[in-house]
Amino acid sequence: MTSSRDDILKRIDQAKLGMKATSPSRSYETTSPLSHEELLDLLEDRIVDYKATFTRSNNVPATIAQLLSQYSLTTIVVPEGLPSDWVTGTIDHKLSSAELDGFDVVITSSEVAIAVTGTIILNHSRTDQGRRAISLVPDTHICVVSAKNVVGTVVEAVRRLNPLDHQTWISGPSATSDIELERVEGVHGPRNLHVVLDLS
Amino acid sequence: MAKGYSGVSLPFPTLAKTALEDTQLRTNLARATTTIRNKRAKVVAEVGDWEALRQAGHDIKMESLSNLSTHLTQFEKEFTSAGGHVHWARNSQEACEIVARIAKENQVTSVVKVKSLTTDEINLNEYLGARGIEAKETDLAELIVQLADEHPSHILVPAIHKNRDQIRDLFVEKIAEAREGLSNNPRDLAMTARVHLRNRFLSARMAVSGANFAIAESGTLCVVESEGNGRMCLTLPEILVSVVGIEKILPKWTDLEVFLQLLPRSSTGERMNPYTSFWTGAGDGPSQRHVILLDNGRIQTLADENGREALACIRCSACMNVCPVYERTGGHSYNSVYPGPIGAIITPQLLGPGLAKTLPFASTLCGACYDVCPVKINIPKILVHLRANENRANASISEKLAMRAAAYALRPDGLKILARLIRATSPLLTSSAFTKLSKSLPVAKKWMAFRDIPRTRLNKKP
Repeated sequence: MTSSRDDILKRIDQAKLGMKATSPSRSYETTSPLSHEELLDLLEDRIVDYKATFTRSNNVPATIAQLLSQYSLTTIVVPEGLPSDWVTGTIDHKLSSAELDGFDVVITSSEVAIAVTGTIILNHSRTDQGRRAISLVPDTHICVVSAKNVVGTVVEAVRRLNPLDHQTWISGPSATSDIELERVEGVHGPRNLHVVLDLS
Repeated sequence: MAKGYSGVSLPFPTLAKTALEDTQLRTNLARATTTIRNKRAKVVAEVGDWEALRQAGHDIKMESLSNLSTHLTQFEKEFTSAGGHVHWARNSQEACEIVARIAKENQVTSVVKVKSLTTDEINLNEYLGARGIEAKETDLAELIVQLADEHPSHILVPAIHKNRDQIRDLFVEKIAEAREGLSNNPRDLAMTARVHLRNRFLSARMAVSGANFAIAESGTLCVVESEGNGRMCLTLPEILVSVVGIEKILPKWTDLEVFLQLLPRSSTGERMNPYTSFWTGAGDGPSQRHVILLDNGRIQTLADENGREALACIRCSACMNVCPVYERTGGHSYNSVYPGPIGAIITPQLLGPGLAKTLPFASTLCGACYDVCPVKINIPKILVHLRANENRANASISEKLAMRAAAYALRPDGLKILARLIRATSPLLTSSAFTKLSKSLPVAKKWMAFRDIPRTRLNKKP
């Protein structure tokens, strides 16, 4: 008896007989015509549009402290590689889901941000960005984006990333439009997203 | 629950007739599809190179199909060497068995689910339920549909047929956590779902998902979502099983630079969806990661050179949001996991000959679906192709003869012969005796009941 695998592969090759492989046309744009300053403005516009907050900062520790106090966030979890001068918080050493649920806020760094879509990419293989779980369970996420890592387009971001790295792309707080297509921000993922743009 | 969700039971015309009598449904649908159409149009208009992206999306998908077995085996190799497990399923039965086996081996009696059309297609929830394994939907709309014991009516917004009042009433009846005096405000309803599912997420041992894309060269899976229920399921449990149709394969990582622009704008009308998760084999997240590569009619679709383009679909739902037929009849009339224009070409092909045969006719061929399709699937062309197949298979002998005669007569020289024939016989055809006789001839009487053969023009010489 042939295995499902062999049977599937054999039947595919019979089915696509005569189908020609043509090389795809790729005449789309890869970069943005905007200046870096304009890209930072665009990123802000997009992120605010998603109902996240956006703060430009020359002093990340001060900005984080200010956000923590403004939103009354006291219990803090951080990935182990987060710059230690940014904030003092509980360092994640495989905290359980239930333990993570007890934190008000998670603070992470990020890999790349895409201006045109307002997307921030977390690379979970990096220690300053941490495991998937820590930026998921707490209700508030403060995410630091280095101005140096802001690119214009989706194409530029994809080409910078390594598929073997575990990633989450984040565009605003969690949201749903499942009821009469009316957008509601904040469902199961963090309901609050604060983006800090590090200009230093 | 709608019966025969496999396209076996009632045909589209029958179901549509009932649906059209439901004015509440039509109001809900008109409102929802108008909203989402406008949102999509706005964000698509922002993208200057949209047409170039559509073409690239189409080409990449077709290229991928032309070399599908190679891409699949490469995906298998990469995903496996990164610590994941790859399974192959010819049909829904095999796929369901694999999921149930993994659950049993790990002593799991309940799973959390990420919204997945592919698992709806194979009726996984029912299969698991019958074997004592509870499958809990976690996407808000899927949860609504599951609580109501219904089927999804739209591929992106499965509860599009329900309005806020209907959902409020449902939650009050079915969700223990629904608080006293729950309002119909979408925010309050979403928060009720959050509370209802929170502990499930934190304690679930096994999750089942689909995938939007599978990257061959790296063995990477990708899930695109909004609410964070996807991230919860893909991250917190120990075991993750992803059921993935074989057509979801993309050859290269950089192909995503096209599809992650096309999909969010076409489906939810957003510049980007809130969350997209990527994983390659094991590592960060569930310690056991499985993927089931599913055929279930896809290979027979690939074999039809005029229909295979349907496999390029990325399940965005833009086609149903612009379809005048869908907007009026709703998704349930299609009696398929895949309703609307794309459903009308995918369902009959996945199910095979003799099933869902009325679906290719559930269209006005207006072409709006083709215009909005982010991967440029020529849906009207495939509809016509499938109609022709259906007609060939079902035509009566007299119909076939009549069509063959018409085909002969309508050739250029055939028309001349026909003209001569008519001229020669016109005195007879227009005679009152023939008119009287024709009113009792089997086929002619239906025609002649309302029409006379025009006398004067036929008799006049040019």
